[in-house]
Amino acid sequence: MRDVAVVAFAQSHHSGEDQGIAETEMVLPVITEIKERTGLSRFGFTCSGSCDYLQGAPFAFVSALDTLGAWPPISESHVEMDGAWALYEAWVKLQTGQTDTALVYGFGKSSQGDLRAIMGKQLDPYTLAPLGVDQVSMAAMQARAYLEKAGAKEDDLRAVAARSRASGRENPFALHLPDPEGDDYDVAPLHPYDVAPVTDGAAAIVLAAGDKARELCERPAWITGIDHRTEPHALGVRDLTRSEAARIAGEKAGAAGVEVAELHAQFSHEELILREALGLGDGVTVNPSGGALSANPVMAAGLIRIGEAAARVHDGTASRTLGHAASGPCLQQNLVCVMSGEKKNG
Amino acid sequence: MPSETTVNHVVEFPGGYTRSVGPVIGRFLSELRDGRLVGVRTAAGRVLVPPAEYDPETGEDVTGEFVEVGPAGTVTTWSWVPNPAAEHPFDRPFAWALIRPDGADTALLHALDLGVFEAGAKPPKVLKTGMRVRPKYRAERTGTIGDIECFLPEVTMINSPGSLGYRLKGGRALDRFLEGIAEGRIIGQRCPVCEKVIVPMKGFCTRDGVPTTEEVELPDTGTVTTFAVNNIPDPRAPEVPFVSGYVLLDGAGLTMLTLIAGVPADQVRMGMRVKAAWRPREEWDRSMANIRWFEPIDEPDVPFEEIKDFM
Repeated sequence: MRDVAVVAFAQSHHSGEDQGIAETEMVLPVITEIKERTGLSRFGFTCSGSCDYLQGAPFAFVSALDTLGAWPPISESHVEMDGAWALYEAWVKLQTGQTDTALVYGFGKSSQGDLRAIMGKQLDPYTLAPLGVDQVSMAAMQARAYLEKAGAKEDDLRAVAARSRASGRENPFALHLPDPEGDDYDVAPLHPYDVAPVTDGAAAIVLAAGDKARELCERPAWITGIDHRTEPHALGVRDLTRSEAARIAGEKAGAAGVEVAELHAQFSHEELILREALGLGDGVTVNPSGGALSANPVMAAGLIRIGEAAARVHDGTASRTLGHAASGPCLQQNLVCVMSGEKKNG
Repeated sequence: MPSETTVNHVVEFPGGYTRSVGPVIGRFLSELRDGRLVGVRTAAGRVLVPPAEYDPETGEDVTGEFVEVGPAGTVTTWSWVPNPAAEHPFDRPFAWALIRPDGADTALLHALDLGVFEAGAKPPKVLKTGMRVRPKYRAERTGTIGDIECFLPEVTMINSPGSLGYRLKGGRALDRFLEGIAEGRIIGQRCPVCEKVIVPMKGFCTRDGVPTTEEVELPDTGTVTTFAVNNIPDPRAPEVPFVSGYVLLDGAGLTMLTLIAGVPADQVRMGMRVKAAWRPREEWDRSMANIRWFEPIDEPDVPFEEIKDFM
């Protein structure tokens, strides 16, 4: 395996409301910033993650390429998923040895549509989508199942939200949300604060291999393990009280022994399920950025988790960190990326 | 400079998107149109509902065996939508549930109707994991998952209407008592043995078992001996909660059951002094309803010692 590291991370100042800028205008400053930070204007490979349904235009992701300066033609790919999966593809590309650098970015402007209804369009079209069931209603069913199995209370969920929001208020890029209050439900048992806020934003990461990584970054966050696993789509065949996909991905990526974990939990209970699945004990700092509960730019939020975890290695505050991304209803698919200040191959 | 142009934009496929369903989903939807719920058996023997072409655990093809399941099933988890969205099947609060039909090894996601609730309502207590439910089929079915309109709780309770009419006569003693009430007087009878005044009188002393004839008129003031706070509405009471209590009329040897009002329920006390609140004279007839209830009067409470034998 080639040693590949996250060498730079940039993100937008995420917004909870439409700022009156187009998606390309949201992406451009982030791409510009990461080019300046690395001193690179061209990358061996580029991969993006986004969802055309957020904008409601086919091939919406293509216009984002214009922000890169893609002429003469660049080697490029796209996933209709969170940018974390674009990072996985770029990591694989670097493993082939064809190139030494890759630009990965993800972006999403969810403020311009009805995100819950849009997410419903990813469901099985035969027995699920026609019901009109939405993302939050399904997450609430998982929350119910988890609370009943674990004997946890709604207050335990509130504690997750309170901690996430407090951390988010310390993060200049996140939304600054007040302490949770009120007992009205969004979809019971979830209260509004248990649900990630609608957020617009973008993020970018540069990966580099071997010596190139050292050249571009004083303390590269070497990817010592990365894996992603999926579970069946239908909720009715899954055990919703745990995340087997996250458990296996964590095991394959070597989650044990991390000091910081950035988890892509879009609902409070997901953090509790993921902690169990990844075996994160009380000593692990979870979501110091505030996590998705403080800013959830869809299609970038998973990539941001990897970026935030890498940033802790870059600045020397941690030596081994974990970034997690999720996709699909009720944590269907999970990606775990473990990073270290030390190269795996010495 | 942020854009100030907003364009309303709709993405849709006019007439809908046509999809082939294949033999497995097709069988499921066809059976649904016939009002039956079927699953498919995997090689390992599990029954998948809704059916899939493959075993989610192994990826192997399922067998061709379709199994009728349900119609009743068990809720394995649920969520409660207090404020439905446009795409939801109800415009009032309802639940989503994963439902494992009897005979199936997996659960089906569907809406669960628990009746009419105000927008924003909290989840009703009957909504529980483990609750038993059944599909409500539409009369006109077309072969879609929506052929089941929703699920409904199994019947666990009925409400039986009960009403019988009677023509009651109160008897001689009560007649005489109500005669007094019709004139705004409260009449009792004194027992020749124990000398207690019995009101309303019965024509005999329940303690000594002797006839009573000597009439005594009592004032309409008395003392609350004991009482209860009622939370079930009653047409005679002004509001809920209301207080029913025993009042020992001054000079009486027995208490009378009455309503106590004109005071918040949590301020009624044993030993409290009260007075009858009569309806306006023009509404009087031969009925205890002439006294609406008893209301507090501004007198010191009677010590417990003095009323303890009248509980």
